[in-house]
Amino acid sequence: MGLLAFGDTGWGDELFYATLMTIAVSITAMLIGFLFALIFTPLKLSKHKPLNLIGNLYTTVIRGVPELLVIYLFFFGGSGAIMFVASMFGYNDYIEINAFITGAFAIGIISGAYSTEVFRGAIQSIDKGQFEASKVLGIKKHIQFYKVILPQMLRLAIPNLSNVWQITLKDTSLISVTGLVEIMRQSYIAAGSTRDPLFFYSFAAVLYLLLTYFSMKLLNRLEVKYSRAH
Amino acid sequence: MDFELMINSFPKLLNATVVTLKLLSASLFFGLFIGLLFAVLRMNKNPIINKFAYGYSYIFRGTPLLVQIFIIYYGLGQIEYFRSTVLWVIFKEPYWCAIIAFALNTGAYTSEILRSAFQTIKPGFIEAGKSLGISSRIIFYKIQIPIAIKQSLPAYGNEIILMLKGTSLASTVTLMDLTGVAKYIISTTFRPIEVFIVAGSIYLFMTFLVHNFIKFLERRYNY
Repeated sequence: MGLLAFGDTGWGDELFYATLMTIAVSITAMLIGFLFALIFTPLKLSKHKPLNLIGNLYTTVIRGVPELLVIYLFFFGGSGAIMFVASMFGYNDYIEINAFITGAFAIGIISGAYSTEVFRGAIQSIDKGQFEASKVLGIKKHIQFYKVILPQMLRLAIPNLSNVWQITLKDTSLISVTGLVEIMRQSYIAAGSTRDPLFFYSFAAVLYLLLTYFSMKLLNRLEVKYSRAH
Repeated sequence: MDFELMINSFPKLLNATVVTLKLLSASLFFGLFIGLLFAVLRMNKNPIINKFAYGYSYIFRGTPLLVQIFIIYYGLGQIEYFRSTVLWVIFKEPYWCAIIAFALNTGAYTSEILRSAFQTIKPGFIEAGKSLGISSRIIFYKIQIPIAIKQSLPAYGNEIILMLKGTSLASTVTLMDLTGVAKYIISTTFRPIEVFIVAGSIYLFMTFLVHNFIKFLERRYNY
């Protein structure tokens, strides 16, 4: 247990902060994913062919290509893309983007593809009558969305979103290849310096299990809360 | 866009796809047996066996695949005693470590898919078999398994695609699979977009084939 001591002698505090980092990246990625879902869900539901195609292309490509490949694309291509945009505004110095932003963005795009599918499924399973009824009542389009569709959609979406959360949380372990010090990277460093990989990787597994266990508990409570109202 | 690079890297990436497919087929093969075993254990009435099977699937589904590979590849080699056993012949190879990790992982998901398929079989089918005097072993092999396979086809198709993507993690234990070679080309040419397009298209093509193959099987076994 000396290996897990806090302070200079053990890896306890480092792993504690790494766990916080994993939580922070996961939440940021999940939120970025929601932003993408907000853009792409309407596209996927659109009757307009080209828009529909863009929506489908996003979810098909992201869900059909390994997460690691997407991460490499962002890791190696991210600063290049930013520098290209900056050069159009006359800024030509080297720009390095931070590993947290690259990682959260890459995982966010992946998470967003899954969230898009969840939202699409939830909207499609809302009874058509709900749309028609609010139309007949003369409710404005955006009020219809916020007051009629959204509450019902969330109730249907929450169980599946907790699945997306689990996937996102586990995917953040892959960001370790970019050097961001989250649970996996910290365990790698600790394993390398103590020559005790078995202990540290098993401990990392325990940390992930605790994270998934407690977040599931929390999300289940949310699920109960939202389904009670109906 | 550097089209020349795209064309030049295509054969290299295609070669690496063979490694990916080998990893995928071996893990799915072993994973299916593991999945079937644990699905049956999960339905066992003995609480200890039942809990053990549940724990297995909970641990493998609740932790990232990357941790699982690292424990098997870097972790197990640390045990002195383990290195002196015959098993070490297998476990010292990153290739087999990757397959073992993938098979254990997909086995956990497959066991869940099969278990829910077994549980949705209408009791009437089994009762009908029993009343015809068919032994429970034959009922299991000739009635329950075929129905469960048919039930679980769509979910298992998803699992194959997830596993296909999962094989990319083999590149983290020095294997040169499709993702491994793609990363190598990217890091030597600094052309991430071009390589991503070629490698990504190969992955998408495989996903497409799996998807359609499962659709085909679903249609064939629809009765």
